[in-house]
Amino acid sequence: MNNIAKFIFFDILKNKIVLLYTLLLFVISWSVLGLDSNYTKATLSLLNIVLLVVPLVSIIFSTIYVYNSSQFIELLLSQPIARGKIWLNIFIGLSSALILAYLLGCGVPILLYSSLETGFSLIIIGVMLSVIFTAFAMLSSIGSRDRAKGIGISIFVWLFFAIIYDGILLVLMFQFSDYPIEGIMATLAAINPIGLARIFVLLQLNISAMLGYSGAVFKDIFGSGGGMGISMVILFIWIAVPFLLSYIKFNKKDL
Amino acid sequence: MIEIKNLTKKFNKFTALNEVNIRFNDGHSVALIGPNGCGKTTLIKCILGLNVVEDGDILVNNESVKEHYLYRKNIGYMPQIGRYPENMTIAQTIQMIKDTRKVSENELDTELLEAFELESIFDKKMRTLSGGTTQKVSAVLAFLFNPGIIILDEPTAGLDPLASEILKNKIIKEKNKGKLIIITSHLLSELDDIVSEIVFMNEGKVIVHQSVEELMTERKTEKISESIISILKEMKP
Repeated sequence: MNNIAKFIFFDILKNKIVLLYTLLLFVISWSVLGLDSNYTKATLSLLNIVLLVVPLVSIIFSTIYVYNSSQFIELLLSQPIARGKIWLNIFIGLSSALILAYLLGCGVPILLYSSLETGFSLIIIGVMLSVIFTAFAMLSSIGSRDRAKGIGISIFVWLFFAIIYDGILLVLMFQFSDYPIEGIMATLAAINPIGLARIFVLLQLNISAMLGYSGAVFKDIFGSGGGMGISMVILFIWIAVPFLLSYIKFNKKDL
Repeated sequence: MIEIKNLTKKFNKFTALNEVNIRFNDGHSVALIGPNGCGKTTLIKCILGLNVVEDGDILVNNESVKEHYLYRKNIGYMPQIGRYPENMTIAQTIQMIKDTRKVSENELDTELLEAFELESIFDKKMRTLSGGTTQKVSAVLAFLFNPGIIILDEPTAGLDPLASEILKNKIIKEKNKGKLIIITSHLLSELDDIVSEIVFMNEGKVIVHQSVEELMTERKTEKISESIISILKEMKP
């Protein structure tokens, strides 16, 4: 059924940028994990890099790939295939290729130099972030015909969730520090997929000192196990919503 | 057979197609011509389902394009510019499209594939191909599944003389089998031997829809290009 996804998957695996990305992740993970004998500390260092690099590469690469495929998508559409199926297949192909790149780049070193016990949450959030930001990429590339604008939107989305969002949260915290805003803060922190991914890993590593304000509140409210469950659900929502929006748009789009 | 009924297509405020009514019958090869931006490509894209049809309707073999995508089984399409996933080989690209169609091997029309001698470069990646070779792949894909309707967008642009001769002969052969061929082209001189009907469009409207003989006798010309030029001259006040 998902034959197109299969072909796209193999096409991307041969792509030089993806090969380079895998290699880069591998070298970083290998050196970070090799440097520190304390697994937890090493995982934390790696976490910060993963949180920046994985979303960035996933969203930019996917956006460019979708734009480059526009004529190919037209050709596929002239075949007897439902529109939605084509879009879904591209999504599956892209995200599975990026997941594989991540698993090879980060998953393997974690298994080799760390332990699955400390590293499994990091592997999960890397996979989730790859898919989430591929979904964002599909949304931003369907939004505009102009490639430069689409890539611009993608960069902004990344910048927003990776940097700006935390800034806004900090400002809010200081401004309203006199009020009981823990609940709101925890919710707001949970809305950002990157922030949530961080909290997810820290919850699993069970190091409250590193959780930061919003993380601590989060743990306070949801607890460790429940918090992880809820984070997972929210991350899945972050995959579904952007993708479904792009799916609806694609079905109505004039190509 | 393709029947277009009251088709109006707007992009924001720009009207690309304005109340187009036209009917293409099997066994004809139709040339869609007109100046840039006259709505040719939009019309083709509407037929293929690339553009969403809202006002009016298109019936392909009596099936509305709005209802189900399966009507495209009967259509082969060769785009003007083909771009394929870079790292796929020619063989993989063809295989992928084959997979979507589920047509058994012995029903495939591999005549063009053999004539273009693509099998000898089956392992080449799409990225490394020249524009002309990519066009050959597109042409092969358009004819491969023996569709009843074949739509070609600027088919000979970029092809070398030999390849475009092969393609032309193929087009004539398929037309004689009773298929419907729709061609858009700017190279009017190329159309003479292939085309049996002319559709001339301008500003989203069909200005002329005539058989080639009618057009020639009416305009007292010997070539399609000359008749078109005489239409164009008439249009200018």
